[in-house]
Amino acid sequence: MPLLQVENLVKTYPGVRAVDGISFEVAEGSCFGLLGPNGAGKTTTLEILEGITSADAGRVLYRGAPRDDSYRAVVGIQFQHTALQDFQTVREALQLFASFYPRHRPMAELVTLCNLGELLDRDTAGLSGGQRQRLLLAIALVNDPDLVFLDEPTTGLDPQSRRNFWHLVEGVKKEGKTVLMTTHYMEEASVLCDEIAVIDQGRIIERGKPQRLLTQHFPRALVRVPLATLPDPGQLPPGFEVRGDDAVAATDDIDQALAQLRQLAVALDELSISTPTLDDLFLKLTGHGLRES
Amino acid sequence: MSLKRILAVVVARNREFYRDKAGLGWNIVMPAIMVLGFAFIFSSPDQALYKVGILGTLTQDSAPAFLQTSHIQFIAQDNEAAAIDKVRHHRIDLLLDVRATPRYWVNELSAKGYIAERLLWQSQSNAPAALQREAVSGRAVRYVDWVVPGVLAMNVMFSSLWGVGWVIVRYRKNGVLRRLRATPLTAGEFLVAQIISRLLVVSSVTVLVFAGTHALLDFPMRGSYLTLGLVFLAGAIALVSLGLTVSARIRSEELADGMLNLMSWPMMILSGVWFSLEGTNVWAQRIAELLPLTHMVDAARRVMLDGAGLRDVAFDIGILLALGAVLLTLSARAFRWQ
Repeated sequence: MPLLQVENLVKTYPGVRAVDGISFEVAEGSCFGLLGPNGAGKTTTLEILEGITSADAGRVLYRGAPRDDSYRAVVGIQFQHTALQDFQTVREALQLFASFYPRHRPMAELVTLCNLGELLDRDTAGLSGGQRQRLLLAIALVNDPDLVFLDEPTTGLDPQSRRNFWHLVEGVKKEGKTVLMTTHYMEEASVLCDEIAVIDQGRIIERGKPQRLLTQHFPRALVRVPLATLPDPGQLPPGFEVRGDDAVAATDDIDQALAQLRQLAVALDELSISTPTLDDLFLKLTGHGLRES
Repeated sequence: MSLKRILAVVVARNREFYRDKAGLGWNIVMPAIMVLGFAFIFSSPDQALYKVGILGTLTQDSAPAFLQTSHIQFIAQDNEAAAIDKVRHHRIDLLLDVRATPRYWVNELSAKGYIAERLLWQSQSNAPAALQREAVSGRAVRYVDWVVPGVLAMNVMFSSLWGVGWVIVRYRKNGVLRRLRATPLTAGEFLVAQIISRLLVVSSVTVLVFAGTHALLDFPMRGSYLTLGLVFLAGAIALVSLGLTVSARIRSEELADGMLNLMSWPMMILSGVWFSLEGTNVWAQRIAELLPLTHMVDAARRVMLDGAGLRDVAFDIGILLALGAVLLTLSARAFRWQ
C-alpha cells in the first residue's frame, strides 16, 4: 500500500485553476519530486497534501485512509516561505516546536543530523540562508515524522549550500523516511528523487523515475548550437529543432549531426554535446523552460 | 487543550517581548514619562495662586470687589456636585454660587481655601452676612493624582491592543502562524497563550510603572491594591480580546494599525483619561459609557482617589469581563491562521 494516495485534486482561485485534476501515489521510504516552474501549481498541491490548504475536489489518503487530526503529528513540513518568532536561539526554536508534539526526537540527534552543533546558541535572526534552511529542516524533523514535505528547500541558496543541503536530505532518506518535495532545480531532482511528476498549468504532464523518463524521451545525446551561429536562422539543419535560443538535435548518431552542421557551414565554436537532463525533458514536454513562469 | 503547548507559546512570546530591549524600554518608559510630564506641567509656578469655581454668572453686581482680586482664576462650573467634589479634592480652592442666595463652599482642610475665603470676606465687607457658608472636607487631589489612574489604564489599553492585535497580524503576514498551524497546536491553544502572555506583560509593566511613579510623585492610593489589580486585569482582558477580534483575519499591518488607532483614539479622548466628561455633550457621555477604557479609568480612579472597595467597582469589573467574554468568543470563531 502506498504511503500517500492523491486522487483527482482540484483547487481553483479566482481566475485560475491552480491544481487541475492531479493524481499520484507516493511509496513509503521513497523520495517523490514535484517539478515545475513558478506558478505551475506544485506548492498549492503540496499545501493540500500538508493539510494547510483544502482542495475543492479530490481526496488524499494516508496509509489508505482519509487524514485525521493525528496526521499533523506524523508529518514534518519545511515551507518555502516561513518565519520564526523573533529573539530566540536555535536551541529555543527546536525546544518550542518539540513541545508541540506528543513524541519528539532527542535534540542531540537533530543537531547531528542537520549539522547545527555550532549554531545552537545563535539567534535565529542572524543565520545565513543555508544555516536557516538546516534549522527549518530540523524543525520539520523534530517530531520524527514518517512523511516529510520540503517545498523548494534550496531556492535562493548558493551552490555549495545547496549541495550541503542535499547531503542532509540524503541522510533523512537513509533513515527510511518518505520525502515529498517540490523544486525547480532539475539537478536537485536528479540527485534526490526516486520518482518525479512534472507539473505544468496545474496538471501532471509526465511522471516516472528520472532516468527512465530521460531514456524514454531522448536518444543518448543532445547536440546543441546557438541559433545565432546558423548562417540562416530560418533554415535548420535536418534533425534539429528550436529549443529556446538554440538549435538542438536529439540523436544517437553524433557524427551525422555534426556532418549536417558542417554541410550548412555552421561555425562550431559554440557547439555543445551533452546527455539529456530533466531541463531538456521539461523543455520538450512544455515548450518552455523550468524557471520561466 | 494541552497546557504544555500553551505554556511553550507563552514562554516564547514573553521571551520575544523582554528580549526586545527597545520595545521593553518604551513600554515602561513611555507611561512614566507621561505621568512625570503632567506632574511637571501642572506644577508651574506661573499658575494663578487661587482657583475659584463659579456656579452661575458672575457679574459686577454679585461680587464686584472679589472679581477684581489679583492672582485668582475664576472658573465657570456647570455641575454643582462635580464642583463640590473639586473643592473636596482641592482642585479648586473655593466654590461660589451666585445663582440665587449667594453661598460658597470651602474645604476646611485646605490652607489655600482658608486664604481664598478671607479674600472673599474682605471683598464683601459691606455685607458678609449675606453669604451662606458650606464646609466640605477632603484631602488635596492634584491634577497629577487625578490623571495617574487614567494614564495607567491607557497604558494597559495600548499594551493590550497592540501587544496582541498587531503582533498576530505580523505573525500572519510573515508566516509564523502558517508554521505553527502545521503543528498539533490548535487555534484555541494559541489564542489562550497570547492572552496569558499579554496579561503577564501588562501586569508586570503596570506594577513597575505604578511603583516607580508612586515613589516619585507620592500620589494617593486609598483603596486596596488587590481591587485596583482586579480592575486593571479585567480591563486588560477586555482590551486583549478586542485586539484579538481586530486581528482575527487581517494580514495587513497597516490596516491593523489603522483599525487599532480607530479604536484607541476615541477611547483616549472620551474615556476621561485627561479630563472629566462631566458637563460635556450628553451623547459623548453615553458613547463613553460603552467604551471599556471608561470603565477601567473610572473604577481605577475611584479605587485610588476615593478608596472604593471591590463592591463599589464590581459593576465596572463585571462590564469589562462580560465584554471580554463576548469579544473572545467572537475572535475565536473568526480566527484564521492564514
